[in-house]
Amino acid sequence: MAKSSIKIRAKAKNGVVTVKTLISHKMETGLRKNKKTGKIIPAHFIESVVCEHNGTPVLDAQWGVAISKNPYLSFKFGGGKAGDKVKLTWKDNMGKSDSLETKVK
Amino acid sequence: MQRRHFLKNTMATGTIALAASSGLLVPGQVLAAWNKKAFDAKDVQSALKDIIGTELTEASDKIHIKAPQIAENGAVVPVTISSTLSNVKSITIISEKNSTPLIAKFNLKGKAEAYISTRIKMGKTSNIIAVCESGGKFYSARKEVKVTIGGCGG
Repeated sequence: MAKSSIKIRAKAKNGVVTVKTLISHKMETGLRKNKKTGKIIPAHFIESVVCEHNGTPVLDAQWGVAISKNPYLSFKFGGGKAGDKVKLTWKDNMGKSDSLETKVK
Repeated sequence: MQRRHFLKNTMATGTIALAASSGLLVPGQVLAAWNKKAFDAKDVQSALKDIIGTELTEASDKIHIKAPQIAENGAVVPVTISSTLSNVKSITIISEKNSTPLIAKFNLKGKAEAYISTRIKMGKTSNIIAVCESGGKFYSARKEVKVTIGGCGG
């Protein structure tokens, strides 16, 4: 199996789960030019990110090109405990996607 | 030769099955249609109108934006937005002077807390605007970030 593009950590403290995640993606804006050829590098970026807690969505984000390369995202939600499942899914403008599930620590 | 074919085929179908399952396993996966119009908008007002349906937001001191005063590298500006408003449904991040100001919209569901931390690109020195949706109203806060090297183009 190829290595997942997602790194995810979820930690519970007093019922609040903090999720930290890093996605490896180049997040090309479509504004940059290839220095050698002068051609514009086509935009290639993550459009949507969904995170689920035990199968229920807690976060549903729409991103533009202005999210940095190799995006970092952290968020919190209540009502979670250690052992719960947290799943992150992303989809980019070229139809690629990836997802990863982890357990809350 | 045949064996090789067999291997190739099984591997191909394997990946398809995997892709399908990873996509379909998400129950009720409503990846809301990406709002192209809003993300393509060139000014803050039309971006706001397209993404949240109104350009009118109420300034609020209950939204806290944590971002550096001076960002050395505009390509990576860490931003954390949190709010003490109750029942925040969404957080929208805008960088005023980017060529397309809208950066992202986070829809918070269920018991998600009003807290988002991420890294954004900024073209030049400008205000970061955070808009929180709470109780059907939109509240906003802004913070200026000075950018020494732009993060768009290059």
